[in-house]
Amino acid sequence: MPRLTRRRALTAAAALASGAGAGAGAQAAAAPGAAAHDHGSPDSPSPAPSSTSSPSSPSSFDEVYKGRRIQGRPSTGGGHHHGTGYAVFVDGVELHVMRNADGSWISVVSHYDPVPTPRAAARAAVDELQGAKLVPFPAN
Amino acid sequence: MTVRKNQATLTADEKRRFVTAVLELKRSGRYDTFVTTHNEFIVADTDNGERTGHRSPSFLPWHRRFLLEFERALQSVDASVALPYWDWSTDRSARSSLWAPDFLGGTGRSRDGRVTDGPFAAATGVWPITVRLDGRTYLRRALGGAGRELPTRAEVDSVLSIPTYDMAPWNSASDGFRNHLEGWRGVNLHNRVHVWVGGQMATGVSPNDPVFWLHHAYIDKLWAQWQRRHPDAGYVPAAGTPDVVDLDETMKPWHDTRPADLLDHTRHYTFDTD
Repeated sequence: MPRLTRRRALTAAAALASGAGAGAGAQAAAAPGAAAHDHGSPDSPSPAPSSTSSPSSPSSFDEVYKGRRIQGRPSTGGGHHHGTGYAVFVDGVELHVMRNADGSWISVVSHYDPVPTPRAAARAAVDELQGAKLVPFPAN
Repeated sequence: MTVRKNQATLTADEKRRFVTAVLELKRSGRYDTFVTTHNEFIVADTDNGERTGHRSPSFLPWHRRFLLEFERALQSVDASVALPYWDWSTDRSARSSLWAPDFLGGTGRSRDGRVTDGPFAAATGVWPITVRLDGRTYLRRALGGAGRELPTRAEVDSVLSIPTYDMAPWNSASDGFRNHLEGWRGVNLHNRVHVWVGGQMATGVSPNDPVFWLHHAYIDKLWAQWQRRHPDAGYVPAAGTPDVVDLDETMKPWHDTRPADLLDHTRHYTFDTD
């Protein structure tokens, strides 16, 4: 996992200083340090998500949300992505996510409640974890 | 013959026997194998790939068999025990007797979601969460905490009225009874109840909460009710569907049972009503 850059650390600190809650994540996402690593806007659903076998992958993201680093990026395989083609990490530990046929997303810690984007799934996971560390799931 | 009863009608002795048998499966290690199996299918079942336990027509027969395995395990501890079901359209509050300390215990405390009463509270020392996705080893719940209501009887009836069992593309995008009952589409029955309970029930390791079995026993009963309302409609697809369990194909992980073998629940158990 890449080390935090100074700018990103400052962004994280600013997010923390602003207090916990959804506002912190929104601030971090809007800050230049976070935006620099965004390719497009993952929170805008990609156009025409389809149920075909190879939907276009959403963009990457990287932010500090409620004091935790969440990252997402298109993935080139690995036996456990089940064709999702996208990997999400919370503090560097991979979170199993899945894309539904309608383009919505779920994760293994919020499995029954679809959200629009992988970033939203990562944030929902941070909410659910309440500070707890993810257990890495076995790569098969 | 096993009779599955509404949890609200159980006697104190029936509750005690059920809880004791569940705790014995936990102590022996057998309980956690069910949690592991469920999570393996949760992460493996995908809309555009192979799908067996969830988001597919075999959601209902797969869970019927999964519950039968669990019920038989309970009965190997105490032959008098049957799985109760939770009709969440009737017992729809955190004040239901289901959540009393003599049965499943109540909701979690606000700080960390920890369940603090009942036989499955962490403080008892007999219900460690060992198959888990994060560092927390205690049972958690947030009954109604997601701000949603449990489904109503009218919503249940609207789903039972759907005449077709399932439809292409046989996944979370499908129209038809199965996907509306599962909840990926429409008013959302099964999925919403998982979210309403919160804690581990909202995750892939949802069988860590014993209410998992009571929830699915009621989903299973709704399938039986649907069959009675639509006697001419059957399990589909019939044959030749890639990645999907057809009527006469065997299901993982057992490899010895087809949906066709599980359509008639009365070969295995009956319900107290209907």
